[in-house]
Amino acid sequence: MTEARLARAVAWVGDEAVAEAVMQCDVDVVAAYPITPQTIIVEKLAEYVANGEFKGEFVAVESEHSALSACLGAAATGARVFTATSSQGLALMHEIMYNASGMRLPIVMAVANRALSAPLVLNADHGDMMGSRDSGWIQVYAEDVEEIYDRTIQLFKLSEDPGVLLPSAINFEGFILSHDLENVRPLPTDAVHRFLGRPNAKYRLDPSDPTTFGAIATHDSYYEFRMQQVEAMERALDAFRRMEDEYEAISGRRYGAVDAYNTQGADCVAVVNGCTAGTMRAAAKEINRAGGNVGVLAVKLYRPFPSEDILKHLEGAKVAIVMDRSLSLGAPSAPLAEDVGAALRAGGRNLRLLSVIYGIGGRDFSVTDGRRVFDLAKGGFELSRKPVMYGVKE
Amino acid sequence: MVVRQVLLAAPKDTVVATATGCLEVSTALYPHSAWNRPWIHSAFENAAAVASGIEAGFKALSRRGEGGLHPIVVFGGDGGTYDIGLQALSGAIERGHRFLYVCYDNEAYMNTGIQRSGGTPYGAWTTTTPFGTVRAGKTETKKDLVAIVAAHHVPYAATASISHWKDLMNKVRRALNKDGPTFIHVLAPCTRGWRFDNAKTVKIAKMAVETRFFPLYEVEDDVYRITVPQPNPKPVEEYLKLQGRYHHLLTPAYQEALESLKGEVDANYRRLEKLSQLTAEMASTS
Repeated sequence: MTEARLARAVAWVGDEAVAEAVMQCDVDVVAAYPITPQTIIVEKLAEYVANGEFKGEFVAVESEHSALSACLGAAATGARVFTATSSQGLALMHEIMYNASGMRLPIVMAVANRALSAPLVLNADHGDMMGSRDSGWIQVYAEDVEEIYDRTIQLFKLSEDPGVLLPSAINFEGFILSHDLENVRPLPTDAVHRFLGRPNAKYRLDPSDPTTFGAIATHDSYYEFRMQQVEAMERALDAFRRMEDEYEAISGRRYGAVDAYNTQGADCVAVVNGCTAGTMRAAAKEINRAGGNVGVLAVKLYRPFPSEDILKHLEGAKVAIVMDRSLSLGAPSAPLAEDVGAALRAGGRNLRLLSVIYGIGGRDFSVTDGRRVFDLAKGGFELSRKPVMYGVKE
Repeated sequence: MVVRQVLLAAPKDTVVATATGCLEVSTALYPHSAWNRPWIHSAFENAAAVASGIEAGFKALSRRGEGGLHPIVVFGGDGGTYDIGLQALSGAIERGHRFLYVCYDNEAYMNTGIQRSGGTPYGAWTTTTPFGTVRAGKTETKKDLVAIVAAHHVPYAATASISHWKDLMNKVRRALNKDGPTFIHVLAPCTRGWRFDNAKTVKIAKMAVETRFFPLYEVEDDVYRITVPQPNPKPVEEYLKLQGRYHHLLTPAYQEALESLKGEVDANYRRLEKLSQLTAEMASTS
């Protein structure tokens, strides 16, 4: 019997699950700034500070830019560091995200995904994180509250892996998950401590061994620095699997880099990230009960991109529908669709892909909508060369 | 010179954070580093925020017995302090992190080729404040940075000059002994942007003090004190004539602007004298 099964289930909203996980992770420094819909995380942690339960330093900074800057400084001392943000806040952090990954600082950040202004909107899409997609951060997308909890813990392990040393972001849709009350089976804190150990940074701001962080490079060396990040991202794929093995051993839970439902031999597979994976699975099950044969491939780990898993699970499919909750204005499709397409082409597969945009700015997406998206790919429907803008009003 | 004198006065285990600028690009060109202290540079506008994280990290780790508390010194230029980094500086000193922030002020964006900053004095020539038929160089006055910092009621803020190195080092020691955020504003003459011969760097810095153009003072627990008084100041022109960026002011066409600048220098010194008197009285009666 694993330790998780010994623990009692509790009801937490997504933000709370993050804060509770951070409390168990022996975090040294939290620097954060309030922004809807991430604010509950900061408030919850501040409560723990006020009651003396949080043993680290809580730095209530004056902007998200300073939040990530303070995290960067703290991580450079060798401390375990966490922050959280959304939308405009993530955009403000953008500059420092590159600094953090370039200096190989294993900061963990929670992102309650929210669409970017203008016009200002409080609801979810993945446009915020997609804007920082190429910043060198490991990116995972969760689809329920327990997964948010588990991933928060897991990412400290993955980021601090000596072969990885990259910052990471746990993404979950604002309000839909950040404010959604669900059952979570938390792990005992001592099990989390054993799983993570203490951070053991080789390079840190230590007067007994002075190190220079953030030097200036030239065209003679910059490319090689970036190449080291490329290689670290590649190593992160294996490190992710090892980390999940260890986590499964203590929790009985494993999500994988991708999660496949009925993908082998399916006529059509929907590829999706975030909470809509669950919606699509429900829609697929309804279709399959009525004699259909469709599958769902949830992309959990987005950077590094699990191309091999994508290839494997789309092997028998006739059509794949790739669903993006973000826009790349002027692009031929959308971020996830382009990544899936590139992975298939690199693997020598010439599968027909349909790019579908949905849920922009928090536009509701139901199981009925899921069935309609599957319908787009059947019955001789002419596949569009442009993304289908599902759910937009005429 | 600023960095050398500051670090000479700072303990050996001092950790340094630097904003983007000429100091950073000239001292840490990979694969070399001029720093024999732990050193970090992240971006232009966030040195104070980075320092607050370093302080938080040291505190958290030392509580666990995983590291010590070390003095932290930040170096930022006038661009990184007066302008783009002012928010991060204000936030960090409001939160009370213990570090010394040193602004080395060469009064313009010299690293990008002499553009005006909030620290550029009235009347000075830069590439974005050229003088012409209707303008006499920069049309706005220099931002009063120490007053802005002092308004946060920090335990210690001061001005200093490389020409008065003993005064500078004493101020660094005083600042680092305070349990909280401290600030020293150092005038750093720039041969390239101010248009003078490199050998005159210290002479110019000294002249800035002796003409009352850059008074040396400190604000300790809200009490002002002029540390190097100038009862008989030299004429401001003695300072201006040493630098190409002010030469136009010494021609008849810009007489009005010169008078305006001299008036500002005089008013600032008198304000500091009065503040010293007033805040000392308030401290003794409270």
